[in-house]
Amino acid sequence: MLKLIGSRLATAVPSLIGVVIVTFLLTRVLPGDTAAYFAGPAATPQAIAEIRTKLGLDKPLPAQFLDYVTALAKGDLGSSLSTGQPVATEIRNRLPASAELTLAGLILALLIAIPYGIAAAVKQGTWVDHSCRILTTAGVSLPVFFTGLLLVYVFYFKLGWAPAPLGRLDAFASPPPEVTGFYLIDSLIAGDFETFRASAAQLVIPAVTLAIFALAPIARMTRASMLAVLSSEFVRTARAAGLTPYKVIIVYAFRNAMLPVITTLGMVFSFLLGANVLVEKVFAWPGIGSYAVEALITSDFAPVQGFVLAMAVLYIVLNLLIDIAYGVIDPRARSEA
Amino acid sequence: MHGVIDPAIAGALAPAEAPHGPLLSVRDLTVEFSTRKGIVQAVKNVDLTVAKGETVGIVGESGSGKSVTSYTVMRILDRAGRIAEGSIVFSGLDLAYAPERQMRDLRGREMSMIFQNPRAALNPIRKVGHQIGDVLLHHLQAQPSNVKEKVIDILNQVRIARPEERYHAYPFELSGGMCQRIVIALALACRPQLMIADEPTTGLDVTTQKAVMDLVTELTRARGMSTILITHDLGLAATYCDTVMVMEKGRVVETAPAERIFRDPQHPYTRKLMRATPRPGITLRDLLPEGEAPAAPAEGAAVRAAEGAGTPLLKVENLVKEYPRQGAPVAMLAALFGKAPPKEDGIFRAVDGLSFEVKKGESVGLVGESGCGKSTTSTIVMRLIDASSGKITFDGADIGAIPAKEFAHHPIRKRIQMVFQDPTESLNPRYTASRAIADPLLRMAGMSGGAKLRAKVEELAAMVGLPGDLLDRFPHQLSGGQKARVGIARAIALNPDLVILDEPTAALDVSVQAVVLNLLEELKQTLGMSYLFVSHDLHVVKLLCDRVIVMRHGRMVEEGASDQVLEAPKDAYTRELIAAIPHPPV
Amino acid sequence: MTLANPADAPRPASGLAATLRHAHYVISDNPVTGLAFGMFLILVVSALIGPFVVPYDPLASNTAMALSPPSTAHWFGTDQLGRDIFSRVIVATGLDMGIAICSVALVFAAGGIAGIASGFFGGWTDRIIGRISDTIMAFPLFVLAMGIVAALGNTVTNIVIATAIINFPLYVRVARSEAAIRRQAGFVQAARLTGNGEWRILLTQILPNIMPIMMVQMSLTMGYAILNAAGLSFIGLGVRPPTPEWGIMVAEGATYIISGEWWIALFPGLALMFAVFCFNLLGDGLRDIVDPQRRT
Repeated sequence: MLKLIGSRLATAVPSLIGVVIVTFLLTRVLPGDTAAYFAGPAATPQAIAEIRTKLGLDKPLPAQFLDYVTALAKGDLGSSLSTGQPVATEIRNRLPASAELTLAGLILALLIAIPYGIAAAVKQGTWVDHSCRILTTAGVSLPVFFTGLLLVYVFYFKLGWAPAPLGRLDAFASPPPEVTGFYLIDSLIAGDFETFRASAAQLVIPAVTLAIFALAPIARMTRASMLAVLSSEFVRTARAAGLTPYKVIIVYAFRNAMLPVITTLGMVFSFLLGANVLVEKVFAWPGIGSYAVEALITSDFAPVQGFVLAMAVLYIVLNLLIDIAYGVIDPRARSEA
Repeated sequence: MHGVIDPAIAGALAPAEAPHGPLLSVRDLTVEFSTRKGIVQAVKNVDLTVAKGETVGIVGESGSGKSVTSYTVMRILDRAGRIAEGSIVFSGLDLAYAPERQMRDLRGREMSMIFQNPRAALNPIRKVGHQIGDVLLHHLQAQPSNVKEKVIDILNQVRIARPEERYHAYPFELSGGMCQRIVIALALACRPQLMIADEPTTGLDVTTQKAVMDLVTELTRARGMSTILITHDLGLAATYCDTVMVMEKGRVVETAPAERIFRDPQHPYTRKLMRATPRPGITLRDLLPEGEAPAAPAEGAAVRAAEGAGTPLLKVENLVKEYPRQGAPVAMLAALFGKAPPKEDGIFRAVDGLSFEVKKGESVGLVGESGCGKSTTSTIVMRLIDASSGKITFDGADIGAIPAKEFAHHPIRKRIQMVFQDPTESLNPRYTASRAIADPLLRMAGMSGGAKLRAKVEELAAMVGLPGDLLDRFPHQLSGGQKARVGIARAIALNPDLVILDEPTAALDVSVQAVVLNLLEELKQTLGMSYLFVSHDLHVVKLLCDRVIVMRHGRMVEEGASDQVLEAPKDAYTRELIAAIPHPPV
Repeated sequence: MTLANPADAPRPASGLAATLRHAHYVISDNPVTGLAFGMFLILVVSALIGPFVVPYDPLASNTAMALSPPSTAHWFGTDQLGRDIFSRVIVATGLDMGIAICSVALVFAAGGIAGIASGFFGGWTDRIIGRISDTIMAFPLFVLAMGIVAALGNTVTNIVIATAIINFPLYVRVARSEAAIRRQAGFVQAARLTGNGEWRILLTQILPNIMPIMMVQMSLTMGYAILNAAGLSFIGLGVRPPTPEWGIMVAEGATYIISGEWWIALFPGLALMFAVFCFNLLGDGLRDIVDPQRRT
């Protein structure tokens, strides 16, 4: 097992290097004056020249790259123009908000999609199956920001069940003392059920929005791989040996069917992290996505670069976890390591 | 009960004791499948009786309904299939309409099944010991406390060495033959009364096949079990069955005791199948149905055959092909970092110092089991890959020195052609038959379409017996035999001197194989070509070849005239190989 | 099953006729695919003819009529500047589809060729192309698109490029695996024996056999490309107001949703869904036509 983790870590290294190079290239090599990007649209020529020297843009490219990597190693992602705050600090402060939202959405999606996909495959050709096919195709066609707005309209404006879509807590409540940064968990630790209820209420609609988006590919893959496994020869052997449908479906089919689903999760994470940006904008969620969007509007490049890098690193880590989970289930992956 | 089987019982393949009334009785069974084209009857009015302790073989070519019959008995047809009429009585119970719950109780405990492709029949991510344990526990043949012990006992019975260790193995860690033993263990775990074996040895080497079949026979006889053996191989059925039932297109054409069905086949289809099965002491003609001799060679044929016959055409000297072993990159990395450079162990020799010769007008067979290096050799001779070392001389030219990449444009290219193993896979799905045959003519004979090309293609089609109206069809619109003919027409289009036949009939039914082998012989006579025939089946090779080379582990173990090698093999491995091939007792 | 029963094998027909018949079969067997073709036609018509027949100028504001709900005069209502939403939604079809088509065409050419070469030649070609697409795949794709547009500059062209880049690995993967399966296939070996060079084999043997599956991929990624472009303009990248574009229109309507003016965001959002849904259905339908085995 340790060997597996080691070998997967080793494969993550090239990705990490690639990501650092790309985020560097995005700012330095592309046409246009990098200093002007960093200085923002309203900067004077002197200001631009000043920034050029400050950022070391007058040095040769390899030296610049070295500077960039050295700064990264120290955790320095530069500073925001508009706020003057270091980007790294800002991202660190906002990350829990994004993570709480994304995780809530993912867990919700998994809880619904996997049983649904299994049911559709086991009851192939019935209404469960047909509804699964229709909903998954419709689900991947939904623009996530549009779903969010629809839910806001229905649950906030029409029914009044949900609070206003303005962040993690309403303006009058105060956040719980920080432990994990997840309001749901922190409020429970503090024993503050009022805050727990309030933050849960704020979280539900955005999390559902994300879940609807992530649900479709997971359910679709679960159904497809369950169908493939159920018609495989080893399931036929298990049936010919008289094992109960429960044993056949759960012990023989399900675990095998989960392998492609776990692989798909990588893609789902990619979608989720992207969708997260849009959902944060719709719900004014104070995460790193809305931080990046605000910076984009003011052409403040350092936060955008920091955000892209942070998301990519997060994504690499998630993929690493997926690979390890895969290895836990599949002995073949373990032995390759 | 459990434990080691008495070798006296195991060794003596004595005929089964007299049957005491049927264990399984299938009457008038018809099975329907709903498909895109509507309802299809896969099995029509089949009767089948299996007595206690009896081994019944169901023989037929693909699409004969033999597998469907057995799946119906187990009631594991897929959704599209259903029993339209008939009864299946097993130990006094009518299974045709038994509730699923009751069937589940019977499956595994009273009747069990082993499948083709053993590796796919096992759950890839569950330890084999647990898979056997699941069955034992389910049928209450073991308690959680003693299940491991019982599984190991069963593993011992199917002759798995080091069973304690193998208990924890995953299927991918075991060889094909070993996986089949696990599947057998799974099927026998609860000591059922009936075992159905569906093509249990297809895809296994002949020596493994023999070991597996001997084991099955021994275990089932020792337990007084009945067996249904489903196979396309008449020889296998003849060797291991008491009664043989022959099926064709969903119907039973003949049922008779094994030795009588071969001595005195009644139905014309049985006779045809019988004749088409390669066996010792026959010639190619004997494979074809009576009175259906191949067309006489065209006039003016055999002209080329006379020219220079007997002089060497292909000479292979000291051929070696090495591949890096799996895990070798690690070794290479180690070498990069200054560790001890890996020598021999990082390298796998697929072909290890092979030398042989093919004379003009001669057919040479290259025979061996999977992994012996025969296909690698033929691919190198074909100049599709390069050898690691060694010399290949073709009609005086050192073709081994020309890199495979450049050989496509070399003039000798058109003199060496090939017929591939899988007729379906060797045809571009988007080319019609005539386009496929025309390809070499367009590329290498300087032809450029038009009536002349069409005439040449039609001539070639006529030579291989492909009706002209099929020429505009795509591969998926042709039968297996027709596709094989297209492949052969393409190979002979350029009048090659040497044609390499890579298991050209392995994917075909025996009756089609008989026709194709005769066609190849006839073309050889007409065109005066030489053949290098790569195959795993000595009997088939013998029919077509003058000389045989037996290979093992990349080396030649024996070489000689076909008759001589088959009748008086000198090498122990050749003897084992010949003994392992089952054949009808004629 | 390599040997077809001769009885059911004969189906003499030319390739085109057979494909059409199969297409007809698929549509009649699965009416949803027929529906998708119908939806596709609606999209094409509104993109090509829409701008000439819409009742109002999509850019003309009329503050007197601002924020009026759907009525007979304004089927989809008007926005905060009194512009007719129906006209804007129809006119936007051309731009949204245009962005998606351009980016898909771009990535089809680049990713398809790179993938086929990678699968067919293997070796260093494969390693370099694989490394490039792995690096792209190491980013959450939408986030990378944001980064690219932000860096390259905020224009429609850059949206097209960014969308193409993030789809690149998907095309490479499909083309690569399809080419790699066929690299050692019997018919490719046979072509080598008849004197075809490697490039010729790539073009005449491999490419035509991969085209159908690539077409399916194109249809499936069209939907994703539309979503991606709309998502970027939703957060203010690429297309600028007042240009009619579905993503921006939804973004503009977002402000008014909490005060109950639902129509501003709803109709462009529905148009977006309609287009994406159409291409997803179409992709599934095409897959059934070219590859009945992979039906799900």
